[in-house]
Amino acid sequence: MSSKPTTSNGQDLPFSRAGGPGASTLAVHAGEARQKVGDSITDAIFCASTYTFANTQAVIDYIQQKQPREEYGRYGNPSQRVVERKLAALEGGEAALLFSSGMSALVGLLMTLMNSGDEVIFFDECYHRSREFCTKHLSRFGVVTHQVRACDYAAMEAAVTPRTRLLVSESPTNPHLSVVDLQKFAAIGKRHGVATLIDATLASPYNLRPIQYGVDYVLHSATKYLGGHNDLLAGVLIATQEKLEPIDKLRGIMGAINSPHNIYLLERGLKTFELRMQRHNANGQALAEFLDRHPRVEKVYYPGLPSHPYYDVARETMSGFGGLVTFLVRNADWQATAAIVDRMQLARIAPSLGGVETLIEQPLVMSYFEATPQDRQKWGIHDNMIRVACGIENTEDLLADFEQALRP
Amino acid sequence: MDPQSSSSAASKRFATRAIHVGAEPDPRTGAVIPPLVLASTFVQQVAGEWGEYDYTRSGNPTRHNVELTLASLENGTHALAFSSGMAATHAATMLLENGDHIVAGTDIYGGTYRLLHKITNRAGVTVTLAPTTDLSALRAAMTPRTRLVWLETPGNPLLTISDIAACAEIAHQHGALLAVDNTFATPVLTQPLTLGADIVMHSATKYLGGHSDLLGGALIVKSSSLRDRLYFIQNATGAVLSPFESYLLARGLKTLDLRVRHQCQTALELARRLQVDPRVQHVIYPGLPDHPHAALAQRQLTGGAGAIVTLEVHGGVSRAKRMVETTRLFRLAVSLGAVESLIEQPALMSHASYAAADRARYGITDGLVRLSVGLEHVDDLWEDLDQAIGH
Repeated sequence: MSSKPTTSNGQDLPFSRAGGPGASTLAVHAGEARQKVGDSITDAIFCASTYTFANTQAVIDYIQQKQPREEYGRYGNPSQRVVERKLAALEGGEAALLFSSGMSALVGLLMTLMNSGDEVIFFDECYHRSREFCTKHLSRFGVVTHQVRACDYAAMEAAVTPRTRLLVSESPTNPHLSVVDLQKFAAIGKRHGVATLIDATLASPYNLRPIQYGVDYVLHSATKYLGGHNDLLAGVLIATQEKLEPIDKLRGIMGAINSPHNIYLLERGLKTFELRMQRHNANGQALAEFLDRHPRVEKVYYPGLPSHPYYDVARETMSGFGGLVTFLVRNADWQATAAIVDRMQLARIAPSLGGVETLIEQPLVMSYFEATPQDRQKWGIHDNMIRVACGIENTEDLLADFEQALRP
Repeated sequence: MDPQSSSSAASKRFATRAIHVGAEPDPRTGAVIPPLVLASTFVQQVAGEWGEYDYTRSGNPTRHNVELTLASLENGTHALAFSSGMAATHAATMLLENGDHIVAGTDIYGGTYRLLHKITNRAGVTVTLAPTTDLSALRAAMTPRTRLVWLETPGNPLLTISDIAACAEIAHQHGALLAVDNTFATPVLTQPLTLGADIVMHSATKYLGGHSDLLGGALIVKSSSLRDRLYFIQNATGAVLSPFESYLLARGLKTLDLRVRHQCQTALELARRLQVDPRVQHVIYPGLPDHPHAALAQRQLTGGAGAIVTLEVHGGVSRAKRMVETTRLFRLAVSLGAVESLIEQPALMSHASYAAADRARYGITDGLVRLSVGLEHVDDLWEDLDQAIGH
């Protein structure tokens, strides 16, 4: 239909301080109408599945795009447009599209860009369901997926063919937390006229804004840091309005729209985004340093540690390194590693990350239990690997929990 | 329930308890966030033998969870969640009987003033207002029939600080309970039960909810007999917090520590800038060294002096009116304690229900402006105040 992606650069805010509004000011106010329904201070939740027209002429005006407005819930709702503007402003992007989950946002993009015979190239450290969608499902429509080693820019460029449509990476990657040099990554796309996508879920726009480096599309599982309370699912794509327009149309057909109730929780969660991220960053850094010193820990993956292979890139491009910390237990098989996970009291065993509650998982068990040892080795999923998603609890309580769980 | 991990969370620090106490993952499904139970009624196994829950006015799992969190954060043993702060205050006053007497502070919310003077008095309960910042005045106001001392600290809107421990001692010497409206301080900064208070009251609408999107109130106590009396009143009168609001309140509490600390820092910085501004006549903020109760504030408010700033600008009422009507980030609205900054004129808004003579007597002048500092960047807020005060 005639809906257009929601745009925002935060300039609709009622002030003009040099350097632009602070992140928390954007989080609280960006994208919201100054005067809302019933003069309410907060946005209303529009539960309506459909929207009424005053008369036939109003329908015709809408179809002829004379009057932007809502039509039917699958094409969007007012709450969604507010959150899209807020997310675009936080990301420093032009426009945003909200989906019902991170995966539906990725699928929306891939289904829009890819035709039969086209190719997509991934850095291999990536969310296993993203990989699975490409290799098992996009392949059925004749789309070819190539995977190259993460952060190997020469290998990625060498894999580009005239049918390549999209280069994809996460940054930081999950669970190894490799940090992509976004300038190099975006440059490959520019040289070959291929679009680039960064899934920046693990960084969040507080820590990293890939659009600044020339990346075309940014994706977030908004279920994580953006929602922040482990109580909603959402996904978002940020790009120019022009790039998002065809994806918006496809979303209206596929129907992976987010619900008004859910969107309200996302908008509410975003209000404390900056404060939460500061605590996630502080807890992540503290835990990484604690584990790094611990005799039972063989290796820590955290971009904020000088020993991390991508420390320099991370320091240059990120303003914080997030709450996700991955580590290997010294001299432990998978059962001995699991015993540590099972001893945790504060941290809960669960997939996901980015919420206020600290979560812990053993990737071998949680995501790769059915994979072959060869595949796990190829993907760097070690038997003694533990992934921690730090919440925003008191830092000392968090460290004390690991201290007791790692006691021999 | 998982009593073992529940008790382990109970021994943790404030920020951790705010997230984990009353938030045990659902044992049936593993859901990391307990389910929101909207049911009005609960199916029973046997007629006349009640299960844990029977009817949502009497108890509801979602409300119970947030009550556990509130009790933990205030260092109490029990909490009761109400549909608004006024409903909570009203329930506390219903502990009294015909002929009993209440002593209340002079720097209290207009709605509390109205309840005491126009509703509670109808039951034959008498009220005396006394400045709880002045212990001899408090002592002088006590009578043999005084059953309840009610105070707010910091007070509203003059941000006076009352010494909770000293007031508790006076109340107890006279056989009265001390109730503290802890809305402005929040348990992040002050835990009155630890200082000797018997009842803590909150308008949970403010900092506890924190997002301007729910109405709620709470009473927190440290004695099970007092809890039983208040629960009887709550169940009999029915002003309970709804399950939806209980959920939003619990969610808001998870960031309470971060929000309040950040808001206090911003408020202190704004108060300092306003204080040296020649266009400003005077600034009231408990974190400023010239506040009349600065030393007590520093002792009793730990980690910050709150996020409400009261001021008067030069130019009188008309300049104050222009200021509150021309801020852009500070929105003109009653209420406080949320992520959005708010501005108001107490004489016309939050304290309009005072008798005009009492407003004058207690220093709530017509030109007074009250700021509730939100989460926005301090420089964005300063720019807004600067342009609104004008030249």
